[in-house]
Amino acid sequence: MSQSAQPEPVTDVPLLEMRGISKSFPGVMALDGVDIALFAGKVTALIGENGAGKSTLVKILTGIYAADAGEILVDGAPVHFANAQDAIDAGVTAIHQETVLFDELSVAENIFLGHAPRTRLGFVDWKAVNARALALLHSLESNIDPRIRLKDLSIAQRHLVAIARALSVDARIVIMDEPTAALSRKEVDDLFQIVQRLKRQGKAILFISHKFDEVYEIADHYAVFRDGRAVGSGELAGVSQDEIVRLMVGRSIAHAFPKAEVRLGETVLSVEAYTHPTEFRNISFALRKGEIFGIYGLVGAGRSEICQSLFGITRPSAGRLVLEGREIAIRSPGDAIGAGIVYVPEERGRHGAVLQLPIYQNISLPSLSRTSRSGFLRAAEEFALARKYAERFDLRAAALSVPVGTLSGGNQQKVVIGKWLATQPKILILDEPTKGIDIGSKAAVHAFISELASEGLSIIMVSSELPEIVGMSDRVMVMREGLSAGIFERDGLNPEALVRAATGNAGIQP
Amino acid sequence: MIKYLLRYREILLVVIIAVLLAAFSTRSPGFARPANLSNIFNDTSILIILALGQMAVILTKSIDLSVAANVAFTGMAVAMLNAAYPGLPLIVILAAALGIGAVLGALNGILVWKLNIPSIVVTLGTLTIYRGMAFVLSGGGWVNAHQMTEPFLQTPRQIFLGLPLLGWTAILIVAAMYLVMSRTLLGRAIYASGGNPAAAVYAGIDVGRTRFLAFTISGTLAGLCGYLWVSRYAVAYVDIAAGFELDSVAACVIGGISTLGGIGSVAGAVLGSLFLGVIKNALPVINISPFSQMAISGAVIIAAVVFNARQERRRGRIILRDRGASEQIEGVT
Ligand SMILES: Nc1ncnc2c1ncn2[C@@H]1O[C@H](COP(=O)(O)OP(=O)(O)OP(=O)(O)O)[C@@H](O)[C@H]1O
Ligand SMILES: [Mg+2]
Repeated sequence: MSQSAQPEPVTDVPLLEMRGISKSFPGVMALDGVDIALFAGKVTALIGENGAGKSTLVKILTGIYAADAGEILVDGAPVHFANAQDAIDAGVTAIHQETVLFDELSVAENIFLGHAPRTRLGFVDWKAVNARALALLHSLESNIDPRIRLKDLSIAQRHLVAIARALSVDARIVIMDEPTAALSRKEVDDLFQIVQRLKRQGKAILFISHKFDEVYEIADHYAVFRDGRAVGSGELAGVSQDEIVRLMVGRSIAHAFPKAEVRLGETVLSVEAYTHPTEFRNISFALRKGEIFGIYGLVGAGRSEICQSLFGITRPSAGRLVLEGREIAIRSPGDAIGAGIVYVPEERGRHGAVLQLPIYQNISLPSLSRTSRSGFLRAAEEFALARKYAERFDLRAAALSVPVGTLSGGNQQKVVIGKWLATQPKILILDEPTKGIDIGSKAAVHAFISELASEGLSIIMVSSELPEIVGMSDRVMVMREGLSAGIFERDGLNPEALVRAATGNAGIQP
Repeated sequence: MIKYLLRYREILLVVIIAVLLAAFSTRSPGFARPANLSNIFNDTSILIILALGQMAVILTKSIDLSVAANVAFTGMAVAMLNAAYPGLPLIVILAAALGIGAVLGALNGILVWKLNIPSIVVTLGTLTIYRGMAFVLSGGGWVNAHQMTEPFLQTPRQIFLGLPLLGWTAILIVAAMYLVMSRTLLGRAIYASGGNPAAAVYAGIDVGRTRFLAFTISGTLAGLCGYLWVSRYAVAYVDIAAGFELDSVAACVIGGISTLGGIGSVAGAVLGSLFLGVIKNALPVINISPFSQMAISGAVIIAAVVFNARQERRRGRIILRDRGASEQIEGVT
């Protein structure tokens, strides 16, 4: 595409080059002869729709998959990665989209698993492991204690651990597959500072994200994939977002948050002084019919925890819940679903889908009481339900009968969202609804949320994405460290105020 | 992809069983004659029924090691009932067998569900307890053929369309389990609870209750097998079916039912049982000593486990996500 006129000697020979890479799975050609080059000291953004083949490329580059065809060159010399260790030895490290960490191990053990520093006798040097883990986490501005078990961390904190793990290897090529999906603005800033540092150290970075503001902020080069083909690449400067979106989807997408003005009805749900022994305290708000109620805050502020207690996953220690004028108690997800409250969890790989089951069975799973008669399932109705939501979100899959585990990350998310909307709830709780979803489908999800609200559904939406919160919400509650830091009306919504409330440094502002 | 492999695995088993039959009939003509095949099937019926119960349990990420002890206790109980009250109609005996089995299975299920004890621990315990109960009940004595009534002994042997009723019972159970697993809410809940317990909880499925029901199914079928066993071998004593719990697990494993839960089918469990049945029937025919027989059966089971483990590893690598993370639902509930 646009070549810069200035010669840039550093970037002449790519540090890493992939040529003619192809990879197919039964029924899909995930990659079809793609070329891509990464340069020392540069960030290359890899952009493409859900299922375009980005993560597949990452897995080939890290030795997890073997390519069917094509070659990989490091410093111009061909290399062959038979397994993940080969790739690590060649200086490639990656933050995977679906991180593989171990719940029962400590944070430090997770970070250094497989390459822990040793004492002279060959034993693991635990002091060094913990100290280096602490230093790495500090550089990410995180105060996670490296000695606690991973299972005690929130999703975003786990994500930071995954990032620290990737950075703990002294690699020349750093791959980040949607590293910011679980992070809020502040953590993203910290991550970007690290990326800048890696750039200065001359590392080549491959950065995958669906968020264009981030791409423009951090990347020097871009590469666009569409349906497994590389359809464009070059220097990012001077190339507009519109051009890239056109390359990516073959058309341009207007993404002005399509929130329809809805006349709010009476109060549907009121949450009164909800308190949890450890996660949040004294949370009160009222949700009205047709309202989209946003919840914003930094990672770890207790947003997901409130949602989980409203859905019966955890129980509050105090507080009342009044649904349509009647006080209710929700003790299990079954109770919540029965009362018309559903929750689309943030951690969709873990809480959302049963990967071995086919798409249609996943979508129908919480709606089985509707698609069955006296205990017997009706496959035709399940398929009809699944087809409706698959079409709505433009799900890319070979068939509705393939296991969800074979879909790309973003398409798995669409299955999970579809599954919850298919229950036709009264109150929908969305936790990071567009995390990991590409720009075209994101617009579709937003349009759909807005449509649901205008049909009278009440929605609670947790999001770390400011434009989404500001664009979609009628009111926003900001949370800070388990407490409400204020509820903002739509008229008064502005990003700065929200961030100030979330970080709590209002006083410092001039 | 996984389904494709599974289907492939099931076809593979059919092919292996056919090849075995062909090979054995070169050594012993007549091995593959319909009459002998029906005989083998009849012989394997009890294993098939037990394996189907075991399958339901394994699919929920659990294991039932108490099935054989359940067979022994229930078998003893109904044999003594028959000996003490020869006038009781068979249908009452049958109902008693199903009922006793169900209670023993439900007991396992309750412990797993309400006390959150791992199923392997629970059923290792009840395995000993149920055998002990059989001993207490019988005082260590035997119930022999002459104490049993004619209908008790002969009904499963009645030939219908070339196959004894015992074989037909297995066919009926296979059909019923197929229906339950593929067509009912319970079947779906079983697959979901094993496939991803955390996601099942979020979907409003009570994973503990689902496990309880799977154990109850397994126990009920084991109870049925208790009657079938003492009737078939015309004797009841404390040690009947000793070690048979492992055969039922082996049949499932050979049939491709993942010990991690969530993957497997009725067809797999049936084929795995038939495979073991054919081997067990064929080895004596070709004059292999009982000790080598045990060694060969063992080797086959290990080979199947290795084959499965490799397949599971492959799956794990392909999907590449926190497999271990959803292993426990305690974190969610
Ligand atoms: N293990 C697998 N088995 C079968 N098909 C697969 C497998 N992994 C990926 N695919 C398919 O390959 C294609 C590319 O998937 P990939 O995960 O690379 O997409 P992606 O660009 O990373 O998408 P996303 O933005 O959603 O993460 C998709 O059609 C997906 O369904
Ligand atoms: Mg991906």
